Amino acid sequence: MIYETLLMNGYGLYVWSAFAFTILSFISLYVVVKAQYIKEKNKFIVKFGTLNPEKSAFAKSQSINREILSNTSNI
Amino acid sequence: MFKYFEPNKIFSITSKAPKYVLFLFVIILSIGLMEALIFSPEDYKQSHSVRIMYVHVPAAWISLGIFSVITFLSVVGYVFKIRNFFLISKSLAPSGLVFNIVALVTGSIWGKPTWGTWWAWDARITSMLILVLFYIMYLVAWRIYENNDKAFKITFIITILGIVNVPIIKYSVDWWNTLHQPASINIFSKSTIHISMLFPLLTMTAAFALFSLLIFLMKYNTELIKIKNKGLDRL
Repeated sequence: MIYETLLMNGYGLYVWSAFAFTILSFISLYVVVKAQYIKEKNKFIVKFGTLNPEKSAFAKSQSINREILSNTSNI
Repeated sequence: MFKYFEPNKIFSITSKAPKYVLFLFVIILSIGLMEALIFSPEDYKQSHSVRIMYVHVPAAWISLGIFSVITFLSVVGYVFKIRNFFLISKSLAPSGLVFNIVALVTGSIWGKPTWGTWWAWDARITSMLILVLFYIMYLVAWRIYENNDKAFKITFIITILGIVNVPIIKYSVDWWNTLHQPASINIFSKSTIHISMLFPLLTMTAAFALFSLLIFLMKYNTELIKIKNKGLDRL
């Protein structure tokens, strides 16, 4: 049964390589996009930390900035 | 109505949604893979090679769908000056490109046992290759011009030119003699695909759609944070 599923009447190499390529493309895209997300978020946190109290309070008044700071690991 | 699409309003949703979408995607993909690789029957003509259809067809559908959505949003965004629509379009493009490449590569792998060749300059395949070039041009334009008015104009022009290719891809198998088979699934007429193959095909399409939603959300959040980073610089 397992052997049959792997070989698929001689078409196994084609079928498995097509599925493997698809899954690998998905994983690669996910990793790249996630890395970009983490990079931008870390940049934001570092920049936020360098603000003086007045600017920091102003930036925190925007809900989106609070959301970015609160969701430190959301994916 | 467009005020509901303002980034400040929707970020609280888009920043929380990816984990739920990822969870749903893994479940639907697992069901789809089991159906596609184990439970669905082999074809009487193509034998097991027909299973490649379960990745090739959804990838092609979604890449075409994403390009159409990108064009629609670019046109509406350009006409009504809604910058967020361009941001949504920009965030959709990477998954559209990857799905287009997956459709071409898996089509090529399917072509070898079915047609005896990896590649043919057939109308359907060539027009899909042209769509990849439009996706690349679109993404490169964003990379070069970043988020300024010139980028909006150039990406708008690229999508307008590229959308001409979409009906060509769809009807190429009817208009020309091609190696590629005609559509088996029709919305307005009877489909020629059996339910035992249609179910895994639709499940895999749902999984792929969820994956493109996941990538879109992650990319969109990244773009918003990038804008906010620039905002902090200006404080």
